[in-house]
Amino acid sequence: MIEEYRGVWVFIEERQGEIAGVSLELLGAGRALADKLDVPLGGFLLGYNVKNLAQICFEYGADEVYVIDDPILKNYRTEPFMHGVSNLVRKYKPEIILYGATSNGKDLASAIATDLSTGLTADTTMLDIDLENRLFEASRPAFGGNIMATILCKKHRPQMATVRPKVMKALPRQVGRTGTIIEEKLGLEESSIRTKVLEIVRDAKKKANLADAHIIVAGGKGMGSEENFQLLYELADVLGASVGGTRDVVEAGWLDHSLQIGQTGETVSPKIYFAFGISGAIQHVVGMKNSELIIAVNKDPNAPIFNASHYGIVGDAMEILPLLIQEFKAALEKSGGVVEHV
Amino acid sequence: MHIVVCVKQVPDTKIIKVNPKTNTLDRRGVPAILNPYDGHAVEEAVRIKNKVGGKVSVLSMGPPQATEVIKKSIEIGADAGYLITDRRFAGADTLATSYALYNALKKIAKEEPIDLVLCGLHAIDGDTGQVGPGIARRLNIPPVTKVIKVEEVNVEKKYIKVHRKIEDGYEVIQAQLPCLITVEKEINEISYSPLPNMIKAARYKPVIWSVDDLEGVDISQLGLKGSPTVVGKMWAPKPPEKAKMIEGSSAEQVKQLVSTILAEKSELFQQ
Ligand SMILES: Cc1cc2nc3c(=O)[nH]c(=O)nc-3n(C[C@H](O)[C@H](O)[C@H](O)COP(=O)(O)OP(=O)(O)OC[C@H]3O[C@@H](n4cnc5c(N)ncnc54)[C@H](O)[C@@H]3O)c2cc1C
Ligand SMILES: Cc1cc2nc3c(=O)[nH]c(=O)nc-3n(C[C@H](O)[C@H](O)[C@H](O)COP(=O)(O)OP(=O)(O)OC[C@H]3O[C@@H](n4cnc5c(N)ncnc54)[C@H](O)[C@@H]3O)c2cc1C
Repeated sequence: MIEEYRGVWVFIEERQGEIAGVSLELLGAGRALADKLDVPLGGFLLGYNVKNLAQICFEYGADEVYVIDDPILKNYRTEPFMHGVSNLVRKYKPEIILYGATSNGKDLASAIATDLSTGLTADTTMLDIDLENRLFEASRPAFGGNIMATILCKKHRPQMATVRPKVMKALPRQVGRTGTIIEEKLGLEESSIRTKVLEIVRDAKKKANLADAHIIVAGGKGMGSEENFQLLYELADVLGASVGGTRDVVEAGWLDHSLQIGQTGETVSPKIYFAFGISGAIQHVVGMKNSELIIAVNKDPNAPIFNASHYGIVGDAMEILPLLIQEFKAALEKSGGVVEHV
Repeated sequence: MHIVVCVKQVPDTKIIKVNPKTNTLDRRGVPAILNPYDGHAVEEAVRIKNKVGGKVSVLSMGPPQATEVIKKSIEIGADAGYLITDRRFAGADTLATSYALYNALKKIAKEEPIDLVLCGLHAIDGDTGQVGPGIARRLNIPPVTKVIKVEEVNVEKKYIKVHRKIEDGYEVIQAQLPCLITVEKEINEISYSPLPNMIKAARYKPVIWSVDDLEGVDISQLGLKGSPTVVGKMWAPKPPEKAKMIEGSSAEQVKQLVSTILAEKSELFQQ
């Protein structure tokens, strides 16, 4: 009976003792859905020595946190995580579950959807509730972002979606806000699990990645050459920013693939986004449009990027960039201002 | 070692256009191709076979034209191909897709047990990445998604050792065989096909099964009927408002821009 299912849940993803940013964003998004439905917001947290993180979930909007703490869950593995979450869902019956569209979030959600025979909408960027029919409306960009599709799961529960990181907003932290912790056992033996994580190799360079940058200086094909990208690095240096770019620039070999922004690259939402020599194709824009302040420099006054920016300068990036570097340097020296580095 | 690769025929989304009036896809003249990730999966399967011996089969669900992606897989080096095609498969979401593929895999395994299943990380049209883990769940074998390297395949001890990509690096994972992996494009470069493969591919006729050829299938779990998700509505996102343009000479523009940024984002530039 689908009426038995009540409540909104969020997968709380733990990485090296911390909660992934996307999980806090989803608590924010989940809070809005739960309020609309007038139900509690739950988080579920699996791992080893993770119970202390529940308090953080309360402070970001959760009313309840379901915890399974077990040495087997120390590193993410599909099977034990699926086992634990499926059992929680069977017992407590939430109507909606959100997962970050991360490596592990997507992996887990796909396994659970099959295990519970329910629907899963992938890589969503908009979430809402149709109150009249008590239905979850999960929308995702399709075909390179040219079109949005709303996907519904009418007859199965829970209704599930993975949500792109950096699209939803976390609520301001309410220190001291509390909730209920509900603990459950995993009930598995290590010997029954068919995969082992032998080693985790972390790339420190990647860690300070685009997704966390406060300021991003991005370049497109209009930069002209790999050498000209040096100007972007100089500006980034002055501002403590990260450099990113379009797919065409990555394909030209001017920039590493991990620094591509857009539909098939990273989604970013820095406080300031500079777009130099970027035309503003929809596939690029979907990856940066949630930035707080977007500035575009393009020599074509009709470039679509100007329709996705707050401020625009029609001009040659090669001429503007050196002036901008100089001007920022002077301004920051005068104010003695420091840029908050990431 | 019997390796089965699931391959999907997809429209080349690099070319696909959306009709802005009707919000429908304009597929005219858009070629159907082998999902690029699946090409890398076939290549990896062939490389594993060349190292440890065995056989590579490919499986596709789609219309009769999907024979083309099976031929393409034979070109890359697969030994055999199976196509399941039936109107009753149509309109499937990922749950119904994995159910159909699972039933075909069961039948293939009856002929010759399967040690390893490979899928692409995702298909470039539906783009969910949900089918691979779904198949693994149904077969009750462990899944490893986002594989960027196969380090070791140990046929005797029945395990595989792979690198799995995560946000800030990669994990080295050992999984018991049989298992299912989904591959990233960076796992390999697809080699040029040798002439004999091309000749074999040109003449190749895959095994074709309809729903009735599969055993013990619950029809209600197939196609549109078996799909819990439905597309509610489609719309084109509203174009955003136009930027405020900063005028003047380059020097003036830059001066004004910098003071605007410093004012609007003062918290970033505090004392
Ligand atoms: C399925 C799919 C997925 C995709 N995914 C992505 C993605 O993730 N990310 C992405 O970025 N793209 C993606 N693309 C590609 C996207 O459609 C565009 O082709 C790409 O973003 C264009 O890159 P660009 O703006 O650098 O180059 P161009 O479109 O070539 O634009 C160059 C711009 O620079 C301007 N210019 C030239 N010289 C100067 C100068 N001296 N000073 C200032 N301006 C100058 C020009 O006026 C022009 O506007 C995808 C495409 C598809 C089909
Ligand atoms: C715009 C759009 C949005 C959609 N959104 C959703 C959604 O949110 N949730 C949902 O459940 N369904 C969704 N669907 C339906 C989904 O595309 C179909 O279920 C499709 O059959 C498989 O999903 P996929 O293309 O995402 O494959 P993926 O899961 O991305 O494919 C991964 C791998 O599985 C294998 N595989 C997939 N399909 C086949 C096949 N037919 N034959 C052989 N191997 C295959 C391949 O190895 C492939 O690389 C959507 C479809 C469209 C057109």
